[in-house]
Parts: sequence; C-alpha cells; structure tokens
Amino acid sequence: MEHIVIIGNGISGVTLARHVRKLSDKKITIISAETDYFFSRTALMYVYMGHMKFEHTQPYENWFWEKNRIELKKGYVDTIDTDTKTLVFAEGDQMKYDKLVIATGSKPNKFGWPGQDLIGAQGLYSKQDLDNMEVVAPNNKVCKRAVIVGGGLIGIELAEMLNSREIPVTFLVREDSFWNGVLPKGESRMINRHIKNHHIDLRLSTNLKAINSDENGKVKSVIIEETGEELECNFVGLTAGVSPNISFLKDSKIETKRGVLVNRYLETNIKDVYAIGDCAEQHEGIGNRRPIEAVWYTGRMMGETLAQTICDNPLEYKPGHWFNSAKFLDIEYQTYGWVFGERGQPEYEKHFHWKHDDDTKCITIAYHKDTNAFLGINTFGIRMRHETFDKWLTENRDVDYVINNLKEANFDPEFYKHFEKEILATYNNQLQTV
Amino acid sequence: MSNKINHSMSLASPDAFHISTKQKVALGIGLVGLLILALALFNVHLPNTGLFLTLSLVMIGAGVVIYSREAYLTKLEGIKNDGTWFKSISSRGFWGWALGVILTSFYIVLYFYPQYLGLAKDGAPNTGLVGLFDPLSNLLSGRNASQWFVYGSLYTIAILAFGYKFILKYRHNRYQQIRTMSVMFFQLGFAFLIPEFMYVMNNDLPYYDLKSVWPLNYYIFDEWSVKGFLSNGNLGLALIVFGIVSTFLITPILTYKYGKRWYCSWVCGCGGLAETAGDSFRQLSSKKLSAWKLERWLIHTVLVFSVVMTTAMVYSYLGKDSNNFWLTRDVFITAVIVFLTIIFAGVMYFRGKELGKDAKAGAIGYGAVIALLLFMHFTATTENLFFIKGGTLRSIYGIYIGSIFSGVIGTGFYPILGSRSWCRFGCPMAAILGFQQRLFSKFRITTNGGQCISCGNCSNSCEMGIDVRAYAQKGENIIRSSCVGCGVCSAVCPRGVLKLENDTMDGRINPTEILLGNDVDLMDFVNKK
Repeated sequence: MEHIVIIGNGISGVTLARHVRKLSDKKITIISAETDYFFSRTALMYVYMGHMKFEHTQPYENWFWEKNRIELKKGYVDTIDTDTKTLVFAEGDQMKYDKLVIATGSKPNKFGWPGQDLIGAQGLYSKQDLDNMEVVAPNNKVCKRAVIVGGGLIGIELAEMLNSREIPVTFLVREDSFWNGVLPKGESRMINRHIKNHHIDLRLSTNLKAINSDENGKVKSVIIEETGEELECNFVGLTAGVSPNISFLKDSKIETKRGVLVNRYLETNIKDVYAIGDCAEQHEGIGNRRPIEAVWYTGRMMGETLAQTICDNPLEYKPGHWFNSAKFLDIEYQTYGWVFGERGQPEYEKHFHWKHDDDTKCITIAYHKDTNAFLGINTFGIRMRHETFDKWLTENRDVDYVINNLKEANFDPEFYKHFEKEILATYNNQLQTV
Repeated sequence: MSNKINHSMSLASPDAFHISTKQKVALGIGLVGLLILALALFNVHLPNTGLFLTLSLVMIGAGVVIYSREAYLTKLEGIKNDGTWFKSISSRGFWGWALGVILTSFYIVLYFYPQYLGLAKDGAPNTGLVGLFDPLSNLLSGRNASQWFVYGSLYTIAILAFGYKFILKYRHNRYQQIRTMSVMFFQLGFAFLIPEFMYVMNNDLPYYDLKSVWPLNYYIFDEWSVKGFLSNGNLGLALIVFGIVSTFLITPILTYKYGKRWYCSWVCGCGGLAETAGDSFRQLSSKKLSAWKLERWLIHTVLVFSVVMTTAMVYSYLGKDSNNFWLTRDVFITAVIVFLTIIFAGVMYFRGKELGKDAKAGAIGYGAVIALLLFMHFTATTENLFFIKGGTLRSIYGIYIGSIFSGVIGTGFYPILGSRSWCRFGCPMAAILGFQQRLFSKFRITTNGGQCISCGNCSNSCEMGIDVRAYAQKGENIIRSSCVGCGVCSAVCPRGVLKLENDTMDGRINPTEILLGNDVDLMDFVNKK
C-alpha cells in the first residue's frame, strides 16, 4: 500500500490527510514535533485569554485519527534522503515514504536585532510559543510591560492577548500607519484609533534598535531606534511577519528559495515530493497573489487540491477569488477580491470609501477607473457573504451594481442596523462632487 | 501545562482574576441581600418582613447590576470572554462545585422538604423564608406565599438581574439584546405576574402559565387540571382550548417560520434562566460525540415517556364518564394511535431518506409508543400501565422528570454540566420542537463560504453541546434539532462565519466537499463525482 507521509500537522497537512482518506485507502502518516494532535493555530490567542482551553482548539476528538487510519508520529525530521525515499529523525530513527508532503508552515521573522533570542523575546506561532508566554507573561506582576514589534495581524492579536491580562502594551510599528502595506488609508487610520482606544501605546514610524538583557538572560528593556529611548519591559513580541520553516531541507536535493519551490501542481523538483501551505513557494505568484501565501485559507485549499493529485487525479492549484478575514480587537475585517493599500495601489485602481460616524465600521470598494469594474471590497464591522462576492467577482459586476445590491451580501445577525442606504447616499454624493 | 485551570482553594490564588473596588462593593451589597434570605431560611425572626424582603431583593438586584456595569461598561463594546476558563466558578473549580452543591441542595429542599423553608401546614402562618415572601404574595394575589411563590420570585429576580448583565455584555449585538428583553418580559409577565392576577380574578382556576405548552406543561391534561378549567365556564374552556391549540397548531407554525428558537430562547422560562443566570456556564456543556449520542437517546425517551404518560392519564379519567360524553376510551386511544401513525408515516414518506439512520431509531420509538398504548388499552380492565396505576405513573414523571431532572439536575448542575443540560437531555418540549425544526423549518445557521478558521469559539460557547465548528469548517449549514437559536455562536465568531437565518426550505441542507475558495472548476469536478 502506498505510504503518504506528511510533515506538519497544521491545517494544510491535516486537510490533505483527510481528503486523501476520503478518496483512497492509502497509508497515511502525519509527523509533527509540535503537538500530538492537530489544533487550530489561529485560536492559540483565545487559550491565553481564557476563552477556551487548549484542547478546545483541537477540531477533532483524539479517537478521530485512529478511526480514520491516519497515523500520527511525534518527531522532528532532521534530514530527507530523496534518493532512498527515507526520512531521518532527530531522535535517530528512520521512516520510508512513497510520497512525501512538506507542510511545515512558518516561523516568526527575526531581523538580527541585538537580544532577539533572550528569554522573553519571542514570536507567537507555535504551541511552544504560547507555553513560553505563559511563563514570562502570566500576569501584570511578573510582566510589568510588554513591547510588540511589527504591525501585522499577529502583532495586534498579541496586543489583545496581553491586554486581556491587563499587561500594559507598547506597540512599535515601523510604518506610519497600522498595516498600511495592506490596508487603504481610511481603514488603517481607523484601526490606529481603535488600538489607542484600548489603551494600547501605539507608536507609529518607530523601529526597534536593541533588546537589553538583565543578569539572568531575560528581557529587561528595549531601545527605540529613532529616539534612543529605553523602555523597561519583560516581554518582547516579535511579530514582523513570518517566513517558511524549511531549514531542515538545506542538505536535501529539494529546491528551495525562501520557501520550497513548487509548480502549479504543488510538486517540487523531486518526484513524489510535494509542498503545501505556508512553506510552499510558487515560481511566480498566481494573479495578484504572492508566491508565498501564509494564510490559513490558502493552506487549506492547497491541501484539498493536492489530495486530488495524490489520488491520481492531477489538478493544478487554482485558487479562486482572493478572500481573507481577521479581527482587530473588536472590529471584524473581511476582504473579497483585491483592494490594495496605501502602498502598492495600482494606477488603475480607484477606491470608494465609506466610514460610519462611530469610527468602528467602514468599507472600501476598489474598482477600475476606466471600466468601473468591481475589483474588491474591504469591510470593517459589517459582515458580508462570501458566496455573494465570489459570484459578483466571477460575473464581472461593476461598482454601481455592487453598491446598489449591497444588501444582498449582508451577513450581519438579525436586527442589526443596516447601512446600505447611507453607503449608497455617500456614493452618489461623491460621484456628483468628484 | 501552563494554561491550567487553577483548582486552588486559596483565596489568594496566584492566577486569580482581580476584581475592582467597585465590584467588591457590589459583591458586598449582593451578599448582604442574600444573607437576609439566609437568615430567614434559618428561621431568624425578622420584625418587619415587608421591609426586609424589599431590602433583600433590591440589594441582590443592585449588587448584580453594579457588578455588571463595572465589568462591561468600563470596556469597549465587543466579545469579552476573557478569563472564563481561568475563573474557578466558570471552569468547574472550587466555586463552581460549591455553587452547584448549594443550588442542588436548595432544589431538593424546595421540591421535597418545603417545610424546612418555612411552609406552613394546615393553615398555620408561614415562617422562615416562605414567611418572608408573604408580604409580596399578599400584595399580588392577596394570599400567603407558598414555596413555589418564593421560587418564582427568586427565579424572576435572577432572570431580570442577570438579563441586564447579559444585555450589557452583548451591547454591540441587537439580536442578543432583543432576545434577552423578550425572555425577561415573558418571565416577569407571563410566568410570574399574570398567573397571580388570574388567581385574583378567579381563585379556583388552576395555575396556568400561558406560555407553557404541553409536554413541558405536563400537568395541563391531568384530571384535576381539566376539571378545574371546565368548572370555570367560558374562561376555563378558552384556556384549555388554547392549551390544545398552542400545542398542535401555534407551535408547529411558529417553528416552521422561525425554528424552535421562538420558544427555547425567546419565550421559555427554563431557557430564560439558562440564557441569563446560566450564561457564565454555557461553555461547560460537553461537545463529545458520546454526549451527543446520549443526548439523543435520553431526550427522546423522555418524550416517549411523556406521550405515554399523558395518554394514560387522560385515558384513566375518560372511562368514568364514557356514557355521557362522546370522547370514550376507545375513541381516544384510537385517535392517539391514528394521529401518531399519520405523523410517523408522513415523516417516513417525506423525509425518510433525509433522516437516514435516525429513521430507524424513529421507527423503534414509534413502535414502542404504539405497543405501549395498545398494551395499555387491552389490559385496561384495570387502570394500570406496567402494573402501575396511571396516577402513580404521573407522579413518577412529576418527581423524576419534572422535579429532579428539570430542577435539581437541570439548574442545580449549571456549574457542572453547563446551562442547558435539562433542555438538552431531558425536555420533551425541546424534543418535539427539535423534531419539527429538523423536518420542516426555514431556520438554519448559515456558514459563510470558506471563511472558517476552525478556532472553536462557536463550539465552546454552544450551550446545547453542538460541535458548531464541525459544520462551519465544512461550510455546511447547521440544521440540528437541538439548536435553540440563541445566536451566541454567531456572536463570538471572530471571522463572521455564522448567521442565523430563516430562508426557503430548498438548499437548507448543503453538504459540500470542497469549500468555497478554490477555483470553481475544482468544485464542479468534485460535486459532479
């Protein structure tokens, strides 16, 4: 029986395993050094905040794996010999495979800051990161202040976590507005204000220079590059992005760049070796997508696709319309299609922006300046229906149509206030004056 | 494990969540209010019961209100479940168990030893806790309090005070606010005040909470109850007709349009208490597959028991007047069997395939009921069922299901089993409504395309123990008979994936293999296969 070995038990690897099991009878092994069972990485924050216990982040009960004949192996893969199709573990044992899938995900970026490896300086990606955090920042007695470096999604989640335990947070963001590499101006500014409303000390256009140590090798303070100011703190969250977790492949024959290079079939340069999820890198980005997509949803989609290929139905990875979502403290964010941020907005892209007076809801609709074609939407504080936008994007609707039919896409709970009329009025108003 | 629950009994536990000075004051006020009740309970003679009762209830209410305002109004609007699993009371820690034991003990005394609460026998004046509530009872209905009046008052206070807390907690969510106002209204008006006023108007009318429908209101067709109604002329007759219409007509129609939530989380008092006072415990319900299996057997067994018991009760008194009333035992038992057969045949014909394996369980249940009814009829030379008198069966139901299950376990075990263990495992009304919801309701919880991140917040906060995430991560609508439509899964979802909807019957069950997000070709491919 063909043996499919998957390294990594994140969403990509587990989705793949589940679908391979649905489609076939092959032997499946999932290897992880991180945890015994699959858990939802995106939910780690809720464990620290006390919304859930760690076991609640595991989508399947423990008997699920045996019942579905998915073998789980706890171990760290040290080297891969693709000639003999053998994996060698750090513990010394070996495993043969027929088909190998690398789904090892990401690790937090570190940019060579002095002191970046001190106790108390860490990212938030793995279960171990969370455990460490519980040691160095269990409460505001042990951790009198935390500093977060890097203004992305993990950074703001980390800020929310620390906030829930009443640990004062200073948030250092290199850009002059939060996540403005991705978000248009109005949205980015609104989130700036929302962060500050939560009593988080947000410092824009600010870089980390160094992290200072105390006599025990623990974080004592950080130095800010621009002002030279020294900030006393006991925890430094390093959240300046992530990069593929593939250092164990450096001696193998598998071709890598920043990630494991794959073609549209998610195949590497070596036969019967594949890569999916955060650690996979396309030779060229698909459409407007980046070559490496470190997003939960794309990891899942690659797993679904590769399962078909492995089960003798070769399929290209063809992601549909882009979508993503996140939550900034209390404000939910969803995006469908493409809306570019302050930086990197193509010249053909125009935006319509509407913001509610309460400063917690806004939308931005991107459209083509010549054809009025609808390109994408960002929504904050208003839930929208994925299916509807997916359909409208496929149907190449124009911006007028989208604004006039926005109600159809609303996904807010019953009895919620609707803003379609207001949005339409703003839209008509802008068109008349601009 | 670092993210442990602290089971330490120390009041200075290292991970304790700190409360502000204002909250300490609020706790103080509320606890003094409770102390007055405790003093009365232990038969301390309080001189001016009216004053002390007012003081006690106002202080308890004020304590909860001040505490909640400090907890929620000092923060921005939004989901705030921080520390739920760290707090001893909401994670089956020391305080959770302590509260569970106290509540359970209170229920046992309330149901079985009301004399310990000070209920007087043989016309003697009430003492103790029941005596403390005399002034309020006299004010409302001009009679002295009973243990049920004490319970009803405390129940109503709990729903009102904790309802206020719930509204603050979800003040960004209008669905939750309106729903909570609805349960507060129905509890105060329909369950508490109207029956008292009805007593004032007509004091030999049986107690009737208008919103309580058979089989939850299992005593409505009892002989004493029916006689009580019938002896009250048109009003009584109207009430009993309303009782029948609400069971067989109003209920299915509303469930068809809105799902069982119209009752379970907008109107019902048991649901009302679970949603308000029980909110802190909702995460404790088990989401294991084994719990689900147990739930389905248990709740339907209670339903079968309830149907048979009610039929037996009505049957047993029909016989007596068979000569002067068209509804004889033969007619009645035939009507019940025909009615059940029509329902069963209809379900199998229209929904048999959809129900799949459940159809088999349904057939067994149906067979069991019919067999029991026939057995009952043909051995009906006596009024025995299983060699137990019908009346005894009725009181067994009253004690074991009406009292122990719904009260002692259902509410007393909030801090152990979660807030809806009665609704989930035992309520025959929930079983019927759930059956209707599963078969013919426009209600479903829609999941938003491929947006689920499997975080588990939804499942964690489902008080009915539904593993909502299992559906959401498949992008599949949630059509479950147990769903009471409280909407909290939708509220806590950090990605806006869940929405409670009433929509057309078509496409409400939508299993998909590939989630939205991949190119349509792939979806076509897989769905074709």
